Amino acid sequence: MLANQIGYFSLIFGLIFSFLLIIVSVKNFNDDNKGIDHKVLSLSFLQFFFVLISFLGLIFSFINSDFGNETVFNNSHTTKPLFYKISGTWGNHEGSLLLWLLVLTLFIFLFLIKSNEQPKKYRILTLLFQQIIIIGFFLFLLKTSNPFSYLFPIPKEGLGLNPILQDPALAIHPPILYLGYVGSSIIFSSSLSAVTQNYISKKWALHIKKWILISWIFLTLGIMLGSIWAYYELGWGGFWFWDPVENVSLMPWLTLTALLHCVLVLERRLALSNWIVILSITTFTMSMCGTFLVRSGILNSVHTFANDPERGIFILVFLFVLIFLSLGIFFLFHKEKNQISNKIFWLSKESSILINNWFMMYFLSVVLIGTTYPIFLDVISSQKISVGPPFYQKLIAPFLIPFLIFMTIGPKLNWIKSKIEKKFSLIIFFIISTFLSFLILRKLSSEMLFNTVLISSAFYLFFITIKDLFIKKFNNFAQSIAHFGFSMLILSILFNSMLSLEIITNIKVGEKFNFKKGQIFFERLEKDESSNYSSVIGHFKINNNKGKIIYLKPELRIYNQPTTITSEADIKTTLLADTFLVMNLVKGKEYFNIRYQVKPFMIWIWISVILLSLGGLMSLFKKKYEN
Amino acid sequence: MYGKKVKLRVLFLTLILGSLTLSIFLILQSLKENVVYFQSPSKIKSLDEIIKKKIRVGGMVKKQSVTINANEINFIITDFKNEISVTYSGAVPNLFAEGKGVVAEGFLKDRNYFLATKILAKHDENYMPPEVKETLGDK
Repeated sequence: MLANQIGYFSLIFGLIFSFLLIIVSVKNFNDDNKGIDHKVLSLSFLQFFFVLISFLGLIFSFINSDFGNETVFNNSHTTKPLFYKISGTWGNHEGSLLLWLLVLTLFIFLFLIKSNEQPKKYRILTLLFQQIIIIGFFLFLLKTSNPFSYLFPIPKEGLGLNPILQDPALAIHPPILYLGYVGSSIIFSSSLSAVTQNYISKKWALHIKKWILISWIFLTLGIMLGSIWAYYELGWGGFWFWDPVENVSLMPWLTLTALLHCVLVLERRLALSNWIVILSITTFTMSMCGTFLVRSGILNSVHTFANDPERGIFILVFLFVLIFLSLGIFFLFHKEKNQISNKIFWLSKESSILINNWFMMYFLSVVLIGTTYPIFLDVISSQKISVGPPFYQKLIAPFLIPFLIFMTIGPKLNWIKSKIEKKFSLIIFFIISTFLSFLILRKLSSEMLFNTVLISSAFYLFFITIKDLFIKKFNNFAQSIAHFGFSMLILSILFNSMLSLEIITNIKVGEKFNFKKGQIFFERLEKDESSNYSSVIGHFKINNNKGKIIYLKPELRIYNQPTTITSEADIKTTLLADTFLVMNLVKGKEYFNIRYQVKPFMIWIWISVILLSLGGLMSLFKKKYEN
Repeated sequence: MYGKKVKLRVLFLTLILGSLTLSIFLILQSLKENVVYFQSPSKIKSLDEIIKKKIRVGGMVKKQSVTINANEINFIITDFKNEISVTYSGAVPNLFAEGKGVVAEGFLKDRNYFLATKILAKHDENYMPPEVKETLGDK
């Protein structure tokens, strides 16, 4: 109970500090001091500190199973393991927003102490813009989703956390993803403040690039964790379903990736400054849209917990205020720079980065339209529709071909202007890649031509980046690693989707099922008990024709609170392929519905994403961009 | 006649506008082909013509209608006014059960028979897809 009170009042204190901060920093803005007043720094720290206390208060209530707290009551249960009691704190609407707020206050504090070399007015304005967002979130929490509401009389037992969320990957997925989302708010505030101060410069580019990289790395890893979770927990045997909720996390990633490349141009050549501001605004809007679409319950998906129209309207209004405010500021203040280097030649690094941006924007509009069109149609004509994966695949896959080729050639070009001579190796590698993919694909008949071209371009990028990694001796290592990771990602996804084997059948205990390449034998069932669920474990023996035997033990869990059945897939991972088996129960029947899959190169998908973020990380610790 | 800068700008703008129109056209075109409409059993009964495209049907799984064998599962989706028989061979989500809400994706064979290619997973006992809720009204 005490933790609950402390949490609530700390939250209110945090809000008060917002107003204090605004007053003090406005005063500081107009005085003659060169640096930022120490009061501003300490107030910002105190604000973070109180939100942290509030967050710890909520965690404590969860650990203690204090069911007098409504959030705890709705999302926890005494028999839940400690780890999931803690992760349950942000596994729900209220707690996850408190986490958003915590990261917001942490990031602005870090921004203030890390930006010493920047002009005072720019720093203070960034703080002010950030405080507007922070106040918005405080009000949203206190008004529509207070994590510390009381319940009386105090219930004896909680409702429990949705069992599919009781999972290690999903325990860390929201915090990591939020670090990415919230990082984009810093980019948003600081580019607005840079516009008003006319401070968009090479120095600013160098400084904001760090924040862009940090958000990008976390967003990339956050999306990957969600995807890993979906792969083994949902039992659909895939890692990306073009589900609206996945899409809303991909959208800020696309704009952030575009921004990441643009800021290099700004850093080098002081061009594209207006475009960068627009991208920053878009990225943050996309992050907010993500929160709005997920939290308002408009989207029909895994993440739809409680729906509350009031919340949706609040975020929608808040979002519109932010968009109009930022666009207003942009149009009022932005200036045509006298760009000395206005000349852009067609064959240069700048133009290849522009091409990258064009593709990113195209991918963004595909995902955006695919995700929002059903919502609009529902509002306009109350017709229910859904847009399936083929839509995205058809529109994105063909464009990957030129995208990959530009991605290979782009980094080879010089800034300003370059010549096509001396690029002999580029041509040789292109021929090798085409030949190789033709050889590989000869045996796979489906859509031969298209796949050959697509895989050739992926191989092209793959080989060229490998060559760079070995030959160029750590020159621009970060970029090569990231691009290499991307080529590997595309290759593993393509081979994975082309070579996957899937068998779905209904089977009884003791039965055998023969398929073309082997046999599945359902040996027996075993029962087991855990603290908050009991489970039925199936023992399967799989023979493939080559005489290899694999034992798989998928599990059905019956959770006590809330009473839910989940399937835990059993996955055997090797470097070459994952073997995946999941079983489902059809209630009241003795048949089990099983899905057996062999998914080649699965682990390489995760490894490539890690390489991709590793590239970002290396770039973060590099002093300056090298040519 | 015009300066080099103006020419470059015009070229740039044409390129942007051109590619924008092209991509919007592509997206809308593809949207038309890939949209899956949601129908209720009653709506299907009143159709003038059988829809050849992939659709979704939602409602309740009728009690005592599920039969299962090694290859397929047969059941009936009802919205308490009309019903439709469904045949499905594929993975079934855990929450698929008699008397519960269901959404099946697939192709109509005739007004009374639906060949499902996918049964959508739901994640919570009490959760019901908004489409189904609307179809069922207050029941």
